[in-house]
Amino acid sequence: MTNEWPLWEIFIRSKQGLDHKHAGSLHAADAQMAIENARDVYTRRQEGISIWVVESKHIHASSPDEAESLYDPANDKVYRHPTFYNLPIELKHI
Amino acid sequence: MESSLDIFQDKVDNDISIEPKDWMPDEYRKTLIRQISQHAHSEIVGMLPEGNWITRAPSLKRKATLIAKVQDEAGHGLYLYSAAETLGISRDEMIAQLHSGKAKYSSIFNYPTLTWADIGAIGWLVDGAAIMNQVPLCRTSYGPYARAMIRVCKEESFHQRQGFEILLILSRGSEEQRALCQDAINRWWWPSVMMFGPGDEASPRSAQSIKWKVKRFTNDELRQKFIDICAEQIKTLGMQIPDPALKWNEEKNHYDFGEINWEEFWNVVNGNGPCNKERLAARIKAHEEGAWVREAAIAFAEKRKTHNA
Repeated sequence: MTNEWPLWEIFIRSKQGLDHKHAGSLHAADAQMAIENARDVYTRRQEGISIWVVESKHIHASSPDEAESLYDPANDKVYRHPTFYNLPIELKHI
Repeated sequence: MESSLDIFQDKVDNDISIEPKDWMPDEYRKTLIRQISQHAHSEIVGMLPEGNWITRAPSLKRKATLIAKVQDEAGHGLYLYSAAETLGISRDEMIAQLHSGKAKYSSIFNYPTLTWADIGAIGWLVDGAAIMNQVPLCRTSYGPYARAMIRVCKEESFHQRQGFEILLILSRGSEEQRALCQDAINRWWWPSVMMFGPGDEASPRSAQSIKWKVKRFTNDELRQKFIDICAEQIKTLGMQIPDPALKWNEEKNHYDFGEINWEEFWNVVNGNGPCNKERLAARIKAHEEGAWVREAAIAFAEKRKTHNA
């Protein structure tokens, strides 16, 4: 018999002003239990002040096989970076 | 064109971590599932010998510390189970493998905790050996495992320090307390030295694991490092390491040490240690007696879902 509790992905905001960051995953019967378990598993030493939980099955990820077609086009666009532009050294505040 | 295997090995060689959806050799996946789940089981079973002393810890401070430590071990088990699950094995399968004896856990937890000093010796020696193993694993090639280990290592150092402090206080106490301290060290020393596993010549998987950077050092390298450190630390306690052959070797720049009793090691691995049966029975009992809680929680969640629909 397998009636495993669903898997949840846990995101934690470590302090006010920062974004929520993936901390790991855990099993829980529902969202409330996932938050409570996340508190015990991932914030025993004040690592967080806010928790998001998302059931893992709702996360859709890009495939590593597509990495080339997804990210390569940005490779040859150096003109998107400020250092691409040569300006006189005496120019200030730019 | 480069094969998947070449691309994989190239990433490993360049310290680019392997993530769950990346291609990996079957044997790499299997090795990791075996190693990570065994590690997770060790954390969970490891709660038992220490849990044994929570009610009898000598002060409120020691009780609070021990509860926190045991809770950390539970957390470490959970980080590791989650990491293993990213490789495609379910939690239920792993628990079933532990209960059937198919999956192993660290043999050290098959030794009993007879006195309060054992809690000190476990912190100093057992957690010390675990840390020695775990720190290099923070750079292991599989991303989820490495990230779990970073978390574990951050928390583990408190475990070792509180253990040494327990022994330090006993070592400065009465004759009886000093004797307790030495006795615990005597019983935990060799099992801790064995925690690094068989010698390199008897560890056939080591070379492959090192090539894949699943392991970063061999068993014997880590064991030597552990012994070198402990041989110095024990001077602070004014106690003895129970090894008459332990001696500084100027030439090698390491301590020499005596023969390890591998017969005892394999005996405990194969189920005949002092507490193997008791430990496994306790895990199975907890799992079976908790079944109704898991079922009730699922039923409740289902019911709420239909209500809210």
